[in-house]
Amino acid sequence: MGEAIVVTSGKGGVGKTTTSANLGTALALMGKKVCMVDTDIGLRNLDVVMGLENRIIYDLIDVAEGRCRVNQALVKDKRFDELYMLPAAQTKDKNDISPEQVRQIIESLKPDFDYIIIDCPAGIEQGFRNAVAGADQAIVVTTPENAAVRDADRVIGLLEKSKMASPKLIINRIRPNLLKSGDMLEIDDICQVLAIDLLGIVPDDELVIKAANSGEPTVMNPSSRAAIAYRNIARRILGETVPLLQLDEKAGMFRRVKKFLGMS
Amino acid sequence: MAGKSLITIKGVKEGLVFLLDDQCAFDQLLEDLNAKLDKHEQQFTGPIVHVFLRLGSRRLGEEDKEKLRSALKRQGNLLVQSIDSDPLPADPDDAAKPVLHTMTGIVRSGQTVEREGHLLLLGDVNPGGTLRCTGDIYVLGALRGTAHAGSDGDGSAIIAASLMKPTQLRIADVISRPPDEWLSSEPWMEYAFLREGAMAIDKLSSLGRHRKEVMQFKGV
Repeated sequence: MGEAIVVTSGKGGVGKTTTSANLGTALALMGKKVCMVDTDIGLRNLDVVMGLENRIIYDLIDVAEGRCRVNQALVKDKRFDELYMLPAAQTKDKNDISPEQVRQIIESLKPDFDYIIIDCPAGIEQGFRNAVAGADQAIVVTTPENAAVRDADRVIGLLEKSKMASPKLIINRIRPNLLKSGDMLEIDDICQVLAIDLLGIVPDDELVIKAANSGEPTVMNPSSRAAIAYRNIARRILGETVPLLQLDEKAGMFRRVKKFLGMS
Repeated sequence: MAGKSLITIKGVKEGLVFLLDDQCAFDQLLEDLNAKLDKHEQQFTGPIVHVFLRLGSRRLGEEDKEKLRSALKRQGNLLVQSIDSDPLPADPDDAAKPVLHTMTGIVRSGQTVEREGHLLLLGDVNPGGTLRCTGDIYVLGALRGTAHAGSDGDGSAIIAASLMKPTQLRIADVISRPPDEWLSSEPWMEYAFLREGAMAIDKLSSLGRHRKEVMQFKGV
């Protein structure tokens, strides 16, 4: 029986889809059977980031409305045999599916997969309720900006109201040089305000943009620092290690990387 | 009577002021008064002396006041002029003493907690979160959001927090916006209150002086 994890943030543009794509791929890379579900109906992106846009035949709405079976709508990844994606519809909108329908679809996927990664749309309306409905766990993505942290806080409040376990936090697009100069929110400060377990931090990396445009998840490129961060997060999802320790470990890695860059 | 006497007698220009303890039982007070009058019987003879009784925060009915008068009447020269209690600010709503609500958890962005009476929060208030109550607000944690104490117009309400970093503070109708109006970066626990209609911040240890509440501590 698989575990359904929703990736959400409240604010748009903080990297939900990138995180979903990379975590899904990283988990597949570690030999897990993974299905990614895009619930951003009307504004689907996950297929583009994964480079699977041209393989879509059916979508989430088709499944919900009974035009096809779930298995027919699943798009198999071109790199991994055990990685699938259930795309969102592009022509409908969020109100064309109900949270209960999403929950049923996720339930029907669970027996066949180890992990189901649900990519949530921005906002806290119907789309958010749809995405959260079927999830067992939640990952909240934020960036070190006040606006993103504020929205993450709002979303955590909403998630806590549902009976889901306490969400985990990913701080995305950290720029170590800004952090060092004190121009960016401190990781500790963010964790203190949001008061949830930190699952990982991901440095800002130009390779992520490049990878997204070419339809290759960053995780595939081991020379990218963001890729290593995503792989570490995937390991944490598998191993359930203590988050605070990971922050130190990550900081240590940062120092090593910086040292390495300084030397070269 | 062991320890401090329940009755203090002071001489003033107009006569004698009897300061009566306001914490002990009334019967005990009466007993002590009688004992005192008996003890100093000789001193209370002679010309008429006007007596003013001060009850402190104690409230007495007419019946009890009459008991005091008759006790003093036994001394022929004592003429009771007045029996007064302190005009306590808490007096009008003494019957409806505000309740203290205790809550645990984080009040996050978009969430509002509203209570009648005082509110004790064991946790943080994040930016975008709101606490509102008719009495005081105490936050054992970080206050980063908005807090509104005395929301029914009680200007004597306070807001105390372990870490005072609010987005906005309101007491009764007064609204203040830190850090434009004031800035707190003190490591100790602080509270906000109204001083002459304006928001003021002080360290929590000053609250005892500010409130002047009757407190009794046991021990040496």
